[in-house]
Amino acid sequence: MSVASGDLDRQLLLDAAQAALSKATKLGASQAEVSLSSSIGASVGVRMGELETIEHNRDKSVSLSVYFGHKTGSASTCDLSISAVQEAVAAACAIASSTGHDEALGLADAELMANDVSDMGLDYQWDRSVDEMREAALVCEAAAIDLDQRIKNSEGANYSSHRGLEVYANSHGFCGDYYSTTHGYSASVIAVDGDEMHRDYWYSSERNPVNLESLESVGEMAANRALKKLGSRKISTGEYPVIFDASVSSSLIGHFLSAIRGGLLYKKASFLSDKLGEKVFSEHVNIVENPRLFGALNSTCFDDEGVGTPERRDIIKDGVLDGYILGSYTARKMSMQSTANSGGVRNVRVSNGGKSSQQLLSEMGTGFLVTDLIGSGISMLTADYSRGASGFWVENGEIQFPVEEVTIAGKLNEMFHGIQEIAADSLGRGNTHCGSILLDKLTIAGD
Amino acid sequence: MIDKHQIASNILLAPYNLTELGVGKIISDIAGNGATDYADLYFQYARSESWQLDQGCVKNGSFSIEKGVGMRAVVGEKTAFAYSDDMGMEALLEASSKVKSIGRQGQDKSIKLPRYDLHSVDFYQPVDPIQSIETSKKISLLNLADNLARAKDPRVKEVTASISGSYEVVLVVRPDGALVPDVRPMVRMSVTVIVEQNGRRESASSGGGGRTNYLMFTSDQVAEYVNEAVRQACVNLEAEDAPAGTMEVVLGPGWPGVLLHEAVGHGLEGDFNRKGTSTFSGRIGEQVASGLCTVVDNGTMDGRRGSLNVDDEGNPTQENVLIEKGVLKGYMQDSLNARLMGVPVTGNARRESFAYLPMPRMTNTYMLAGDSDPEEVVASVKDGIYAVNFGGGQVDITSGKFVFSANEAYRVENGKILYPVRGATLIGNGPEVMQKISMVGNDLALDTGVGVCGKDGQSVPVGVGQPTLKVEALTVGGVQL
Repeated sequence: MSVASGDLDRQLLLDAAQAALSKATKLGASQAEVSLSSSIGASVGVRMGELETIEHNRDKSVSLSVYFGHKTGSASTCDLSISAVQEAVAAACAIASSTGHDEALGLADAELMANDVSDMGLDYQWDRSVDEMREAALVCEAAAIDLDQRIKNSEGANYSSHRGLEVYANSHGFCGDYYSTTHGYSASVIAVDGDEMHRDYWYSSERNPVNLESLESVGEMAANRALKKLGSRKISTGEYPVIFDASVSSSLIGHFLSAIRGGLLYKKASFLSDKLGEKVFSEHVNIVENPRLFGALNSTCFDDEGVGTPERRDIIKDGVLDGYILGSYTARKMSMQSTANSGGVRNVRVSNGGKSSQQLLSEMGTGFLVTDLIGSGISMLTADYSRGASGFWVENGEIQFPVEEVTIAGKLNEMFHGIQEIAADSLGRGNTHCGSILLDKLTIAGD
Repeated sequence: MIDKHQIASNILLAPYNLTELGVGKIISDIAGNGATDYADLYFQYARSESWQLDQGCVKNGSFSIEKGVGMRAVVGEKTAFAYSDDMGMEALLEASSKVKSIGRQGQDKSIKLPRYDLHSVDFYQPVDPIQSIETSKKISLLNLADNLARAKDPRVKEVTASISGSYEVVLVVRPDGALVPDVRPMVRMSVTVIVEQNGRRESASSGGGGRTNYLMFTSDQVAEYVNEAVRQACVNLEAEDAPAGTMEVVLGPGWPGVLLHEAVGHGLEGDFNRKGTSTFSGRIGEQVASGLCTVVDNGTMDGRRGSLNVDDEGNPTQENVLIEKGVLKGYMQDSLNARLMGVPVTGNARRESFAYLPMPRMTNTYMLAGDSDPEEVVASVKDGIYAVNFGGGQVDITSGKFVFSANEAYRVENGKILYPVRGATLIGNGPEVMQKISMVGNDLALDTGVGVCGKDGQSVPVGVGQPTLKVEALTVGGVQL
């Protein structure tokens, strides 16, 4: 029996959505909106060749906002019964009677609503039973443990399969819904040499299971990453060129995307406030959003406010900031238009210069290749960047030895300008696809 | 005295036509006669609210209700888990059929439960914070924060403030059918300001909370949060680049105890040590920190954010000594890991909600006070930094590497505090850094009650604390060479 199938009570969700909207009208709200979700699935974990956990997931939730003119209130519950949803509406209305007036509050403008809700290719049901998932997870973990005798311990392998339904409706009359699936597996193992222990992991996760990497390659990748860390040491404090490996480079783009969110911009709480039209990256960097890429991780026809998404949007063009990330509230605060980004930016693609990972190492010559980052010492207000890092020391384009327990620090604005090259080695997973990034210099603190 | 059993029964059983007898039958059916080593049901109801002020106006408030039941069966190292937000008998039976499948066949022995006595006193009262004051009063508290901040310093340009409260009722049905209830209030307030001077902007936050009601937020308390946020933001307006390299570091009292949470706390959780994946695995009785260090995890502190009357398996919380005078004494345990390691439970089983499996987690983790005068500790620094406040941290428990990020720190040379430095991440190896603690102040303080700890995707509220302490060498991740 498949662990992630069924229609997930679609009619119940649609009925609850309409019940919420009509109750809001009845209580005098001038506008209302409601988001509902329902999901089912299972996750099976194995460790050291034995079954460890079987988790069955079944979640439902509804969250809604009501508007009385330019005053608002919100409520949420996991109980989708009509009576519970109506109580949530009443709670939101009670809140709206106490909150303050803000002209920017309200639904997104009616004319922005998506006029199509076509299939974006996110739903691939997969007939997997708990037993099959366990067997597959065992194969994945065994591939890691059997690779090398120094893989002496394991945090296990996990295999999961989920299907979800999202519904959004508002009092403009917009109602959209879509299904999506997520299937995948991961392995996390420990390489041991004497007193030294290093853990690393790898995963593959896809909407469509045919795109998954093989079980064996995920296990072997986890093991290889852990093994390569054996013999790690610190390096001397100094200023060096740095490569953000493709497994961590999207985090850097993520900081940029956070800094151009409307929620920070309207309060001038970002170092990129008022920088629209200015050069904020080196000129060979291009960043686009593709919200309607068929089958891509976060594709959707409408954003979290029902606003129709574009096929494609430039965010950085030849290094110049071409657009912010705005929902209707933040757009109004800034006297701009929503960019259909309520709920976030979707399917980000970063340009590359066509070079391989090895060519990038050669171009750097001597410096630090970062493969893991830890900690959150990043300020969107001041652009200060300081994080723990591990990776490899590189000389003459060749990896010399693994490095750990150092920090890398700089200013995000200078780092973006300091991008020398982006390689064509993106892993092609996650919301942001970006290859390895070579930066001119960062301060490394070590010995 | 409000009876917690009655509250739990009224909220979690009666509305769904469930009885103690009925849920007792489900647990005995799952636990079976020796089919499992452990099993439990976890009923939970939580209502919560939050109000946010931004740009001088309380623009939004939200209210939320969550409820459901989690079910678990454990055999050896294997766990089966299912949950349902439908608490009717039919849904319970469907969930129980899923977890039962893991049970072994043909056994006939009953589960041996460790003996336990629940605390005779509660560490917080079974009150509903949401009802503790009128809505208008909650809004005026936020407006007060806004007014105080803007009046405090003309450089204050933006103020955001939030207040939130939750009322949670849980009922653990243990494998022997015993029902253990708890009623858990929580409140929290936070204030963030952005200040500007000569075009330069800096921000800082402050706040607090605990397991009590909104009455803790007196005008004086709100003023304290505001003053702290404004003070710290203004200090940062003068901050210079932080140094880069390994140097002496003095950590202030209170929230900097996040050091202990990351450097030793996570590494002493029972699951990692049972599996041998922690840098502290197999090291009980060894000297893992300098002799000045005694570190405890204490879930029994009155009204603290990390406190619990019982943990999420219904075991009473404790004051557990983790490290005594530098020697590793014990780990933090839940039932599964305690059983497999052959040690007693410690009251550290916690879960984010019914929809997650419990794990060994910290409660309030802190280092006991030492003898040194805090001023002498700072005066002893030849070349280093004095870090007074921190943001968050993170640890890799296997390699022992941990980081935590300072957001208020000062350059110190020859015992003199010179100037504030910008935010920087500090990195070290847990056991090594603990060995390098050379002075411990006499000024133990706990944090103000804002901590959230994440592990395996589950968040739980925690407390941290420490006295002023000095680490002889720690790597400071600034940019200044």
